[in-house]
Amino acid sequence: MTAGEERAGTFAELAHVQLEKPGLRRAIGSAMDRFVVNRANAFAGADLEAMRAAGEAIRAHTVARLDVYLAQFAEAAEARGTKVFFAADGAEAVEYVRGVVRGHGATRVAKGKSMASEEIGLNHALEADGVDVVETDLGEYIVQVAHEPPSHIIVPAIHKTRQDVAELFNDVHHTDLPADPPELTRFARELLRDRFLSADVGITGVNFAVADAGAVVIVTNEGNGRMCSTLPKVHVALMGMERIVPSFRELAVMLPLLTGSATGQRVTAYLNVIGGPRGPDDVDGPDEVHVVILDNGRSRLLGTEYRSVLHCIRCGACQNVCPVYRQVGGHGYGAVYGGPIGAVLTPLLDGFERAGDLPYASSLCAACTDVCPVRIPLHEHLLSLRRDVARERAGAAERSAFRTWSAVWSRPWSYRLAARLGRAGQVVFARGGRIRRAPFPLSRWTSGRDLPPIASRTFRERWKRTRRGSRNGAPDGR
Amino acid sequence: MPPARVALFVTCLVDLLYPEVGEASAALLRHAGADVAFPAAQTCCGQPQLNSGFVDDARRLARGTLRAFEGFDAVVAPSGSCAAMLRVSYPHLFAGESEEPRARDLAGRTFELTEYLVDHLGVDRLQGRWEGRVTYHDACHGLRELGVRAQGRQLLSGIDGLELVEMARPDACCGFGGTFSVRLPEVAVAMADDKAAQIDATGAGTVVAGDAGCLMHMAGRLTRSGSDVAAMHVASLLASAAGLESAAT
Repeated sequence: MTAGEERAGTFAELAHVQLEKPGLRRAIGSAMDRFVVNRANAFAGADLEAMRAAGEAIRAHTVARLDVYLAQFAEAAEARGTKVFFAADGAEAVEYVRGVVRGHGATRVAKGKSMASEEIGLNHALEADGVDVVETDLGEYIVQVAHEPPSHIIVPAIHKTRQDVAELFNDVHHTDLPADPPELTRFARELLRDRFLSADVGITGVNFAVADAGAVVIVTNEGNGRMCSTLPKVHVALMGMERIVPSFRELAVMLPLLTGSATGQRVTAYLNVIGGPRGPDDVDGPDEVHVVILDNGRSRLLGTEYRSVLHCIRCGACQNVCPVYRQVGGHGYGAVYGGPIGAVLTPLLDGFERAGDLPYASSLCAACTDVCPVRIPLHEHLLSLRRDVARERAGAAERSAFRTWSAVWSRPWSYRLAARLGRAGQVVFARGGRIRRAPFPLSRWTSGRDLPPIASRTFRERWKRTRRGSRNGAPDGR
Repeated sequence: MPPARVALFVTCLVDLLYPEVGEASAALLRHAGADVAFPAAQTCCGQPQLNSGFVDDARRLARGTLRAFEGFDAVVAPSGSCAAMLRVSYPHLFAGESEEPRARDLAGRTFELTEYLVDHLGVDRLQGRWEGRVTYHDACHGLRELGVRAQGRQLLSGIDGLELVEMARPDACCGFGGTFSVRLPEVAVAMADDKAAQIDATGAGTVVAGDAGCLMHMAGRLTRSGSDVAAMHVASLLASAAGLESAAT
């Protein structure tokens, strides 16, 4: 799904589809386990809590002064010859990039990984113009070839096994490649090398933009970001407006938090700091550098209780530990951003009508909040969003069910009465100490699980008897 | 020093479905020297309402809970989730309202059972005997909102005959999540199956946890899928092992 498109279904519907896919859960689970172990190793011996606190402080400081830092960034970048464009929404960003591509008569675009570009549907727009767009991050390339959106912020093809990838490549390229990652990588690398060299325009995402230097920073493991940003004559970098850090000093704090949280690396393989187009004395580099700064709903969150969502550095750690994501993968969410951060961000950016079900796509286990490198209280945001969604969109039946429930249970006498009524009513359902089928809404439980019946005597009934007994001299347990 | 006046917050699930867990909890607290009371005005903490987004309905139940537990030294629940509701969520729920001071006061004296036994009543070990291999599931809210992890295991470690084997991801959610389990039953069941596979891999005959909600979910899935693994509240196991059952009833 990208901006403007309808979601392919509700979370429940899409999750159902994903749960039916054989092997999906194992593919995702084993990748997640690897990332969790790698993350632990990456931060072993470090004071992770102090690092997280520092990361949070930097992000909070920056986002609270976003206007100032963005202005500083734009001024510094423009002084170095970079063209900076502020896009209020996805359509503006797409139009600008199309204009750049068209202006250069470009027919081939090499693309580095960019979630922001997914958010605005950039590939589709360029392809509609007849431009040949190729993703150069291996994972992104795999999902592009499969005509799928990425299913993870960092690992776009996390849902695919090596067998899946081999089958896909063999099918599309009429090859006979084995299901061997080095072989598959070599094949893709050769194919992509040609694309880097022949591309007219390179488009990449941005991990951080350094305000005082006017530079953008790209973190990759494959070096494709560097190829995209240096080989073509024109480089377009697309960034969410919150991607900014004040200076290199803060960048140095954020980088290990990003790489450690994302893939469990202490340092990344490639770190590109792009200061602008090729200067007169530079031997290489693009002639033109454009930085597109995307708002697309983000500025609405400034100053709200959800502002810390803008602290996110897109590491994917919350996805790697999410037990819900583990079952359904990124495609279960029907959103560009899946997992806990997506369940928070999507309804905030796209609205409750489109994505109001996503805050409920969580058991609120809080594993996400525990690993977030900038300490975004993700599960608390999910809870707050449920409050907002319930206020705006809850149906009359649900509203009245919860109201009745709380009214009846708020008084001990009616609570006790409800228990007695439940006990009387359950006799037709309880068999051998468990309920295997129950009427709605409990049928939604018993569809897959047994339900214990209400006890023949509740705790309070038993307690009352015991107390009566103890007054008559029976032992009270002391 | 007089014994601590402890109010047992038995929670609605234990009251209605697992009364023996409440009795085991009372017995353990008494065994550790506490003066245990059961304020009969308690019902439910309001978490299902809060987690569904119905904040006013949650407050309605929470006000009853505030009233029920006034005046006790400590409020102890055999549930990390319900204890976390009182300790972590109530102050937010009543932020800026007239009840806020009372909510904060209650938050400061609310504890999960194993946490209270070990950290506040100073129970290092519990003597007892229980034959079998068990594995421990860390219920999410007790673990992440209250920081309870070691206490239950520490209490189990003193039981003769009991072999504790950790599963691969004891801290992974079992899929209960309160109303989540009925809003998204398919996903919740998949999560429970994931948990069941981990439990199976340990060879344990019993999975132990400190939260009735998680136990109800795991047990419900285990019995439905024909598993022989029993799900048991840590309080029940400890009280049974220490021979405290008769004291409770």
